Amino acid sequence: MTTWTDACAADDVEAEDLIAVVLDGREIAVYRSPDDRFYATDGLCTHEEVPLSGGLVMGHVIECPKHNGRFDYRTGEGRSAPICDDLRVYPVQVVDGRVFVDLG
Amino acid sequence: MTTTRDYSLVGPEGRRAVEAGLSRAVWYQTPVPRKRLKELMQRSDRRALLDTALWLGLLLVSGAAGAWLWPSWWCVVPFFVYGTLYGSASDARWHECGHGTAFRTPWMNTVVYHLACFMIVRSPTAWRWSHVRHHTDTIIVGRDPEILAVRPPPLGAIALDFFGLLAAPRSLLAMVRHAAGRLSAEEASYIPETEQFRVFRTARVWVAIYAAVVASAIASRSWLPLVLVGLPRWYGAWHHVLTGLTQHSGLAEDVTDHRLNTRSVRMNPISRFVYLDMNFHVEHHMYPMVPYHRLAELHAEIGHDLPPMSPSILAAYREFVPVLLRQRHDPALHVVRTLPLADTGGMSS
Repeated sequence: MTTWTDACAADDVEAEDLIAVVLDGREIAVYRSPDDRFYATDGLCTHEEVPLSGGLVMGHVIECPKHNGRFDYRTGEGRSAPICDDLRVYPVQVVDGRVFVDLG
Repeated sequence: MTTTRDYSLVGPEGRRAVEAGLSRAVWYQTPVPRKRLKELMQRSDRRALLDTALWLGLLLVSGAAGAWLWPSWWCVVPFFVYGTLYGSASDARWHECGHGTAFRTPWMNTVVYHLACFMIVRSPTAWRWSHVRHHTDTIIVGRDPEILAVRPPPLGAIALDFFGLLAAPRSLLAMVRHAAGRLSAEEASYIPETEQFRVFRTARVWVAIYAAVVASAIASRSWLPLVLVGLPRWYGAWHHVLTGLTQHSGLAEDVTDHRLNTRSVRMNPISRFVYLDMNFHVEHHMYPMVPYHRLAELHAEIGHDLPPMSPSILAAYREFVPVLLRQRHDPALHVVRTLPLADTGGMSS
């Protein structure tokens, strides 16, 4: 069942960047890509559960701030060591300047 | 009586560290505004390509000069340069490209990483995971596989390693062990099973390369092939040991604040080139996303919240060598850093 949760204002996220929000007790990372699309993933790295919000967005890749592991935040796919497990991704929609995330 | 701690990753100290919450702990970070941090984290292909071209160009010129002058004694001069670039600068390139922060383009980091690993004889996979652990549990006894100056410090072994006399043979033995499809118990404790095949595969390629170099030396009845490939890991190791020892030696163990267990040192431009600016070592540990060429700027941002940098390599040695000498009899002794007054408030990672 789809349940859209209001995460943040679209303007809260700069282009090619991310912010962390807590939704339903979970830390979620909300991304704004260079082509102005929004994405959402779990907010903690699958390697050692470090918050990704301190990391660097490069194109469609988020790099963890602790060990530099990389994910494609559109698919959650781990791209480099020390990442062994992919990141969970969530559907996103933007309505009236607000970003909504479907936590499933 | 001297009490010796167990630095093994599979011994009781590691278990105690985990139970005490010292492993995977939250470490102190001096706050940096997000906008500024994003600027500092940007990588640059141009800058890394220039530094890499200079490094490889100097290697080529000094190696060619050494080979040309061989076997006269004059070849010592170019081979001193060649060896330092091969056996020490490779350590810094291994490190920076392992973090993926040298180049913006990932495959460029990968290429230089593998070349540097071959030169310093470090398994690209095993050492990547070793260094991940070093950043997770920096100088946590029983957890960090990269503690150089254990307590009491093995001063003779440290001195020998200025010429790679212990570390290089250990690396070669590890390469042969990996080629045979085996890991040590410690390696198995930090390399995931899914990654272990890479360790074995690379080691087999390297054994084949070294076998070809040895065969070439025998066929030509000359040491020259080995002086160019392999032996620089020994005779050129001095600079990476000289600079590497400044990073953590004599400082605290089992703390979760890099300002207390890590040292930043002002260095001359040549050492900074060879060492890729890792003299800003507290800054690197606090923000490992910042590439080497922005660390001086990061220092300008957070220096007010750090202990003062050692003013020179000599000053750093003057600080920690007397401590290491005394640790032979009193392993608990260490340099206690005075932290600046916390008026900014710490931040956790």
